[in-house]
Amino acid sequence: MVPIGHYIFLSAALLAIGTVGIVTRRNVIIILMSIELILNAVNINLVAFSRLVGSVEGQIFAIFIITDAAAEAAVGLGIIIAFFRNRETVLADEMDILKW
Amino acid sequence: MLDQVVFYFFAVLAVASAILVVTRRNAVQSAIFLVTALLATAGIFLNLNAEFLFIVQVILYAGGIMVLFVFVIMLVNIDVALHQVQFNRQWFVALIITAVLAAQVVAAIAVSRGSLYTMPAAPAGTLEPNTERVAFVLFHTYMLPFEIASILLLVAMVGAVVMAKKRV
Amino acid sequence: MNAIMPYVFPVLFALVIVALLPLVAGYIVLMERKVMADMQVRLGPMRVGPHGLLQPIADAVKLLLKEDIIPENADRLVFWGAPLISVTTAMLALAALPIGPFFQIADLNIGLLFILGISSLGIFGTVLGGWASNSHYSLLGALRSAAQLVSYETSAGMAIVGALLLAGTLSTRGIVQAQSDTGWWFIFVAPVGFFIYLVASIAETNRAPFDMPEAESELVAGYMTEYSGFRWALYFLAEYTNMIVVASIATTLFLGGWLRPFANTRALNFLDYLPPLLMVWVAGYCFRRTPKQPVAVQKMFMAAVGVLCIVLAGVLAMPLVAPAGSLLASSKAGIHGAFWFLFKVGAYIYVFMWLRFTFPRYRFDQLMRLGWQFLVPLSIVNVMGIGLGLALHRQLNWPNGLSLPLGNALTAVAAAYLLSAAEKHEHPRVGEEEEETPVHA
Repeated sequence: MVPIGHYIFLSAALLAIGTVGIVTRRNVIIILMSIELILNAVNINLVAFSRLVGSVEGQIFAIFIITDAAAEAAVGLGIIIAFFRNRETVLADEMDILKW
Repeated sequence: MLDQVVFYFFAVLAVASAILVVTRRNAVQSAIFLVTALLATAGIFLNLNAEFLFIVQVILYAGGIMVLFVFVIMLVNIDVALHQVQFNRQWFVALIITAVLAAQVVAAIAVSRGSLYTMPAAPAGTLEPNTERVAFVLFHTYMLPFEIASILLLVAMVGAVVMAKKRV
Repeated sequence: MNAIMPYVFPVLFALVIVALLPLVAGYIVLMERKVMADMQVRLGPMRVGPHGLLQPIADAVKLLLKEDIIPENADRLVFWGAPLISVTTAMLALAALPIGPFFQIADLNIGLLFILGISSLGIFGTVLGGWASNSHYSLLGALRSAAQLVSYETSAGMAIVGALLLAGTLSTRGIVQAQSDTGWWFIFVAPVGFFIYLVASIAETNRAPFDMPEAESELVAGYMTEYSGFRWALYFLAEYTNMIVVASIATTLFLGGWLRPFANTRALNFLDYLPPLLMVWVAGYCFRRTPKQPVAVQKMFMAAVGVLCIVLAGVLAMPLVAPAGSLLASSKAGIHGAFWFLFKVGAYIYVFMWLRFTFPRYRFDQLMRLGWQFLVPLSIVNVMGIGLGLALHRQLNWPNGLSLPLGNALTAVAAAYLLSAAEKHEHPRVGEEEEETPVHA
């Protein structure tokens, strides 16, 4: 059996990589994808602990997180399409209409 | 033994493809590696005896959400993006902040390591049969959150349609 | 040694499937061409081998020898990998299918969801292949394909949920067992669900009349435009494997899997003699045609096919004549199960071809409207109807014969309502039309 710490380390690694993607990339779509990576990191933790304590509730939370990810992706991509239609760009630092 | 081989294989695959997701210049290639990372995560779920979550991950995440991503990337894909600067200007500051975050997480794990490693693992087979148990808990204990989640999905669907529509 | 034993049979079976699949796909193509020829009162391929029986092999050799072209501006890695994704996912989905009670690679407890999930990944092969070709036709085909698959996967999934409610299990073997226990194939219990799955599966496999992703007259060949030679053959293999997969899902879920028709009726046990007799009949046809073949080689080949059919007939007949209780007699379930399963899969695929040569192609907006405004609502009502029927049966002890038809009637009413609404949308009456016209005119 793999020790639970390794699952947490894997999860932490994915979290860190996802964060790097969010704060450094310019492409909004890749930023959204990094968010998905972070949500996945959370899911790994939840399922690992669910296995550890022998209860399925962690998996239930993971299902809710996946639902949330689906909703987030749908709305996020909808916004991206709307924005692309107006400004012809998907770069985060060019989305500066509110700046002055 | 097989257990560990499977876990480390999928873990390495997940981390490697996650790194590629954030470093690839081309958004489509990023999406491909994100699918790989998600499937590797699904493999880890399977390794943890969570079959239902494994298949939810494959159908919903890899087969549903990622198809949506690829679809949108193709809709908005502009070849200009390939020649533009890939990272934003504050990337160095951002990287430091992320490093601090990662250090915090690692430190937190390291501090609580003793208690983590000694927790007894549940005996194999306690989660069987997985789908029925997930369904039972989901539809008994978590009925209300389930309904709220379905309303969330409905709202998201309407929102996405309104956003993406040409004229409302 | 004992640790390896459980894996030997599944691995062997998997190898057999992977080795035979290209051949089977090739012969499905031949069957399709023959069916098409028959419906258009032609003969179809007749040159290579007697009645064109060697045509698939000739086609395969031609495809393998063709030049392998990669467009200059293509994304080489993705272009190279996309057909592999298609083929791998299509073949993986076969792993959980029960071809008879004994022939199955793995009986997963999430069996059906596994097949669905893995085959839903196949779309990446299509989309990425279309994108990597860096050609407008390919990209348009890929986009259409993505939109179409996502739309129709929803209704196919909901149709499957209806049958799953009836079976009460996700294991493919358990589903067939449930149909064996109740004595009713689910097509009779949930006919609307079967209809929805039939339409959705045609759309999912990109077949006419829903073959917009590869519509020749509009997009050259859709996502496959830039592919040639072996990679193109891989896409083709994936497409036909997907056909086999959806046909197998329909067979398992709705058509009773490996069960003989009326498997529980003892009076109809003579139906067991049907498979060997069918084989003998085919063999007789082959022998009768043998002298009429023009060349000696073709004569020999035709006779060989006849002998093969006789051997198959013998294999199918052996368990029937063997003394009861012997090993041979107990293998009857496996051998006859495989025959019936493959027979039903073939029949389902034949319906695909029949529809292809009967209906003209849909327009893309018509396809989307059919998917989202008719099939998805109908499949949701179907799930609710079957759920209602089962609830009435289980909670209020209504007889099954009353509650389940009630559920189906609910679905049928919904279907009629949706159809009439769609009719109004297509042909608005004079008064209503004015309301719908925008005011800007």
